[in-house]
Amino acid sequence: MALDPATVRRIAKLARIRVTDEEVTRLQTELSGILGWIEQLNEVDVSGVAPLAGVSHQRLPMREDVVNDGGKADAILANAPARVDHFFTVPKVVE
Amino acid sequence: MSYMLEGRTGSWEIVVGLEVHAQVISKAKLFSGAATAFGAEPNSQVSFVDAAFPGMLPVINRECVAQAVRTGLGLAAEINLESRFDRKNYFYADLPAGYQISQYQMPVVGRGSIEIVLEDGSTRHIGVTRLHLEQDAGKSFHDRDPVLSYIDLNRSGVALMEIVSEPDIRSPEEAGAYLRKLRSILRYLGTCDGNMDEGSMRADVNVSVRKTGEPFRTRCEVKNVNSIRFVMHAIEAEARRQIDVWEEGGEVEQETRLYDPGRGITRSMRSKEHAHDYRYFPDPDLLPLVLDPAWVEELRSALPELPDAKRARFIREYAIPAYDAGVLTVDQAVADYFETIAKGRDARLASNWVTGNLFAAMNETGRSIENPPVSAAHLGQLLDLIADGTINGRIAKDVFEAMVETGDAPAAIVESRGLRQVTDTGAIDTAIAQVLAANADKVAEYKSGKDKLFGFFIGQAMKATGGKANPAAVNEALRRALS
Repeated sequence: MALDPATVRRIAKLARIRVTDEEVTRLQTELSGILGWIEQLNEVDVSGVAPLAGVSHQRLPMREDVVNDGGKADAILANAPARVDHFFTVPKVVE
Repeated sequence: MSYMLEGRTGSWEIVVGLEVHAQVISKAKLFSGAATAFGAEPNSQVSFVDAAFPGMLPVINRECVAQAVRTGLGLAAEINLESRFDRKNYFYADLPAGYQISQYQMPVVGRGSIEIVLEDGSTRHIGVTRLHLEQDAGKSFHDRDPVLSYIDLNRSGVALMEIVSEPDIRSPEEAGAYLRKLRSILRYLGTCDGNMDEGSMRADVNVSVRKTGEPFRTRCEVKNVNSIRFVMHAIEAEARRQIDVWEEGGEVEQETRLYDPGRGITRSMRSKEHAHDYRYFPDPDLLPLVLDPAWVEELRSALPELPDAKRARFIREYAIPAYDAGVLTVDQAVADYFETIAKGRDARLASNWVTGNLFAAMNETGRSIENPPVSAAHLGQLLDLIADGTINGRIAKDVFEAMVETGDAPAAIVESRGLRQVTDTGAIDTAIAQVLAANADKVAEYKSGKDKLFGFFIGQAMKATGGKANPAAVNEALRRALS
């Protein structure tokens, strides 16, 4: 399956990645290659096989409901590009 | 009985489904050990997982899973012993990972049902499609700076249950009843505090309209409505808007909208244009969530008695009207209070005192059932004083008011204020003789056939005894005196 340039631009927009026209052409080829490979996988007959979310056959480990983290706002904000007191700040985003 | 909106081209039925986000009661977050308490200092309850630092891995909180299972059981729903977590991808300033961990294809809880009771006493079942666990996002503040938004991640990663209803709701009233009932169940279970004003329960409202007998038309989603009243208003406002669009020959477009309570209208949320392309995929950091059936049974056997069962039992055991039983069982603490005073006493009288005088006193004093203006023990003692004839029903109301004011036991108030009921027929006869002597003209009118004056004499005689006389004794003595 070949992706058209508009679909590539839409995927890039959803991922917040800016792409040039040359990149769109290159990505069209690369993404189409990946989708082709998935299509090939789809040829395998898996009827009657339950979907598998992991291969380790382990169960999800659980934690107890205990507060043992937090209380380190300075560390959380240490690399913030912008902050006021203990808030992160970003250019205004409002509905 | 069915609710319809009138348009230019005839009547329209509304179709509503609700998605309720209920914050799970737990000490720590869904995938981290940071605290969940409301109102803490900004970013003081944030772990590196919640702030999406590179390489940090989520580990699920067992109690959050237990709370979701309890809620599922409380909604008589299927519990899925195997479920899975997916990433829901979107960009927003208060979502540091760029995705929310949620459950898309395999939620932990499947189909269930909620019974609602309407104003006219009729009941309906509203289907629950599913319940899944997901992370909450952080909180943005847009009002502290002209050009900046402030971000606090304390809420980021707190566990939410998203509870999705079937499109079974047909009126604003049903939507309100559904939300109140769901909130009541969550509070009984102790899985969500249901406080909409703190944002721990919020609703997304899916609305469409149709002519009777038609299949569903296109729906719109009104996001993040934060009170039951606003949900009811938003449904009507959005339905009216859609009716106008259809009747003008237009087409309703599926979109996300916001309700503006100030203006009573919904408006489009254009920034969410691409939002429905969430590109869900299984979260590679999390294995499937597999529940041990024995653990689910353990949780089931520890469930409290829920509102529907309690309501049915109150009607059966205490022989009180269905309406009263409904009012008394909305809140578990009210139900407990009622049972404390109803046991071994006149339950109907107990119900009247709780739903009447006690609720009125709570409103006046602004106190809650957890810290009531009159304790259950004291109200019980008051009912005993009525039952054994120490005071009559009218004086009981005065005693109750004094109990609210002073916090004293009813017996002490009755003694110190001399409110004991007068049953001494001699004293009653004396009072009546005085009343009749002072109103000779009325006695004459009564004897010439003006029967209504009997009530006047009763009132005067009660007044003469300071309201303390036994009304039945006064009645009897008066009949004797006038015959």
